[in-house]
Amino acid sequence: MATHAHKLEIFRGLIKFKSNTQKIWGVLLLLSIITAVEVVLGVYKPASLMTPSMSPFEGGFWALLCNILFSGFIYMKSLNLIFIVLTIVKAYYITWDFMHMRDETKSLRRLVVWTTIFLISYLLFILLQEGGYIESVYTNGFVKRDF
Amino acid sequence: MDSTVVSTGTNEKTWGGGNQPLKSSYGKMMMWFFIVSDALTFSGFLAAYGFSRFKFIDYWPIADEVFTHVPFLHGQELPMIYVAFMTFVLIMSSVTMVLAVDAGHEMKKNKVIWYMFFTIIGGAIFVGSQAWEWATFIQGDYGAVQTKGGNILQFGTYKTIDGEDVFKRVAVEDFTTASHTERTQHKNKNGLWFVDEGALPAFSVSDVLHGLEAHPEILVRTQTINEDGEKTVLSREASLAQVKNNGRRYVKGANLEVNEYGAPLFADFFFFITGFHGFHVFSGVVINIIIFFNVIIGTYERRKNYEMVEKVGLYWHFVDLVWVFVFTFFYLV
Repeated sequence: MATHAHKLEIFRGLIKFKSNTQKIWGVLLLLSIITAVEVVLGVYKPASLMTPSMSPFEGGFWALLCNILFSGFIYMKSLNLIFIVLTIVKAYYITWDFMHMRDETKSLRRLVVWTTIFLISYLLFILLQEGGYIESVYTNGFVKRDF
Repeated sequence: MDSTVVSTGTNEKTWGGGNQPLKSSYGKMMMWFFIVSDALTFSGFLAAYGFSRFKFIDYWPIADEVFTHVPFLHGQELPMIYVAFMTFVLIMSSVTMVLAVDAGHEMKKNKVIWYMFFTIIGGAIFVGSQAWEWATFIQGDYGAVQTKGGNILQFGTYKTIDGEDVFKRVAVEDFTTASHTERTQHKNKNGLWFVDEGALPAFSVSDVLHGLEAHPEILVRTQTINEDGEKTVLSREASLAQVKNNGRRYVKGANLEVNEYGAPLFADFFFFITGFHGFHVFSGVVINIIIFFNVIIGTYERRKNYEMVEKVGLYWHFVDLVWVFVFTFFYLV
């Protein structure tokens, strides 16, 4: 255990800490800043971020492909996209530095992280797609929901 | 081991046992695999929440208007502040946990004890805050009328603040007086012993209607979200007509069946997801306490390694990790 080595740089080597303890406080600072930004944005909700930043592409197959590719920018309010990206950044630093994923072997890291990310993305895609479809049936079909 | 199959001699190094291709101990690896499966459970819940929200995308409650309370600051609307505090407490206790793990690597028993102690305190504060948040949500604040279709009608009035007309909620209690009713509550002691009835609502719908008629400035707000991302406020005539024709019962607060803030599903998911997470925090605190006492009596000092602290640390960080996602998808997005 005494030979336990930690990788001490974050941001791909941009910041290198002197000791593991120092790295922990550095990561805490980063996470606190991100949370503060989220709360400020959530409380004030800047009007410019309340709409999607792109409108859907029109046309044939390639437009459809681009719509799928940029779906986060097209179908989501910019504010929500920012929240989700910031959350994933926070999750990355919690896993990599607090849970020491940075120090594990590549194979352990991949088998944990890739498996989880693949399954969650799959689940999210299916459920959100289906939810949106049911919403369209409620809205466009002959379903009365207030009586 | 090699006595049964002699020809494996060349593979001895790989298959002879004692080999750790992932350079991680059994216990730590199993904790990681448990975390993967638990992450999938939580993402199942959050994805189901997303499904229901997408299904009712134009009718979903706005979280900012629901979670506005902070302890000791009664009556002020401070959306998100308390949840942000809770998030910070949990991150902070994650930090003390990782410092405990670090101190364990250096075999500094007293440091491990102190850091684990602070971690437990942080977890306890978080669970307590969660309980308070639940109590506030269950109690409710303004009250509303549920329609026959199961939708919610809330009440409020336009007030001029800084030269701008702002819709401010009004509590039903403030404009309604309960009339005398003959109906008695069915209790199991004076009827069928296996049938029980919950508390009667404080007001009948006709009480609310009388109150609304007597206060011409009060309007009804529906669940529908308009183009500006705000809930639709009805005109005075439509307000009266809605309560008169569609009102079914007065509701206050939230439970698994009704929710004064909007869709009952919102309350169901809130109780389920934050409850499941809160249960994880609680069990994390219990496990932390066990390990804490093990550290104190010197179990790991004798074992000459503090890997057990590292394993509960992984679980504790995972609980924090889940909260980061719950915070985003329940309170922010």
